[in-house]
Amino acid sequence: MVIDKIKKVNNAEGEKPQKNTKAADMLVGKWVKCDACKEILYKDDVHKNFSVCPNCGKHFRISARRRIKQIIDEGTFIETYENMPETDPIHFDGYIKKIETLKEKTKIQEAVTTGFGEIHGNKVVIAVMDGNFLMGSMGSVVGEKITLAIEDAIKEKLPFIIFCVSGGARMQEGMISLMQMAKTSAAVAKLDDAGLLNITVFTDPTTGGVTASFASLGDIILAEPNALIGFAGPRVIEQTINQKLPEGFQRSEFLLEHGFIDKIVERKDMKKTLAQILELHKN
Amino acid sequence: MSKKTAWDIVMLARDAQRPKAKDYIESIVDDFIEFHGDRAFGDDKSIIGGIGRINGTVVTVIGQEKGSTTKEKMERNFGMTNPEGYRKALRLMKQAEKFHRPIITFVDTPGAYPGLGAEERGQGEAIARNLMEMSRLKTPIISIVIGEGSSGGALGICVGDKIAMLENSVYSVLSPEGFASILYKDASKNKEAAEKMKITAKDLKELGIIDDIIKEKDKQEENLEFVSSELKEYITKTLKKLTKLKTEDLLDLRYEKYRKIGKMEE
Ligand SMILES: [Zn+2]
Repeated sequence: MVIDKIKKVNNAEGEKPQKNTKAADMLVGKWVKCDACKEILYKDDVHKNFSVCPNCGKHFRISARRRIKQIIDEGTFIETYENMPETDPIHFDGYIKKIETLKEKTKIQEAVTTGFGEIHGNKVVIAVMDGNFLMGSMGSVVGEKITLAIEDAIKEKLPFIIFCVSGGARMQEGMISLMQMAKTSAAVAKLDDAGLLNITVFTDPTTGGVTASFASLGDIILAEPNALIGFAGPRVIEQTINQKLPEGFQRSEFLLEHGFIDKIVERKDMKKTLAQILELHKN
Repeated sequence: MSKKTAWDIVMLARDAQRPKAKDYIESIVDDFIEFHGDRAFGDDKSIIGGIGRINGTVVTVIGQEKGSTTKEKMERNFGMTNPEGYRKALRLMKQAEKFHRPIITFVDTPGAYPGLGAEERGQGEAIARNLMEMSRLKTPIISIVIGEGSSGGALGICVGDKIAMLENSVYSVLSPEGFASILYKDASKNKEAAEKMKITAKDLKELGIIDDIIKEKDKQEENLEFVSSELKEYITKTLKKLTKLKTEDLLDLRYEKYRKIGKMEE
């Protein structure tokens, strides 16, 4: 087994895995530790396995860039609205500086990447959120880019696909961020009126204002396995009801059981599933 | 009046003595008849919905109700709406569209209910659907924040052609206490947060989020009568303008109203 080999190599090199390594910053360096099964994994094996643990199947959180590589046919992605200027509507202390530092550090422009691309030759407009950028929170830039992308889909009569990951509204922008929920949902209504296909994909974690807007409004709603999906965060609910939440609460499988998503799709099957759905909507 | 801090206004907005949706409905809607249920799960008492006349015009009224007595507060879940509440509201709003009735919504909630059942029954989906459907309902909508408009739980019934706020109400992305504990890592900085967040009627009008401010009296006990009469006048005047518009123009203007919030030049 790969794992045994890795263990052997690991022992031979005398490397000790770091304790408490988080999934988010695991994919740096040569070795990574799965935060679910605690196995030490060789980074390349994880990458080749769609950033899914080869041992237990845990879907690690991935960047928008990597997601686009996994989903969009090579050489077909055309990014849109890459350099949207930031706004600071309530003049929150240090907000713009924080964003600039983050852009510098992560080389990510914002919490969503939008563009045109092809999936097995099927043209789409795609938006991919990125949890590495302020927890994928939705401020005016995120709301604006998603709305523009939806409007592009309407203009070009193309299907719209969005991969969601978000902590909710971006509080640093006050009410302007809350209103992005109304703005994006109104754009989804236009997409619906235009008779165009809207596929949304929940990935871990998607909560708050994104769950309560475009993410829940797909014609077809997919989810990666075991993704946390909810309106209220688990901690808020625990504080409200004063008890521990049951195992698996607010996970993809729970939402499937309760009728809120169409299908759970493993990451390795995501591209072909999307292609299949797109093909079936061709006329 | 201008001496009040944002936190003073938060306190007024949450004041137990403050008139609630039910009080305003009783006072300004003639022949009101309440309708119940979402036709799927239950009847959420944090939302009052029904039809009646305001100055002779038949309207559908949707109001979040926190309750006044302890017993009523419990029954109404302190104005914290569950998914079936948003779905009842949407059912009644679609009915309004069918019968060409304008819709008036009164917003007053500490937030959508963050409970087990609410999540099981799709709180996120319920709010999302309201946002999408309200954006394209073919009938005029006036939304009025009468007390506490907190988070997506408020927005779920607040996608109006015109949004007004009572002078001493607040509308925010989350509570000042929540904002302070998350962004300042100190829940006791709630007053500072309230100021910073721009949640008062005056601030939100300047930010272009709301359209109008409805005056209040400083003495809470004078407010039911005074505000009711202001509300009646505001609704009558605003409906007159909105009902003159062709449906197509009404919907274009509504889309543009939300479309322009947070729009930047590239
Ligand atoms: Zn694992």
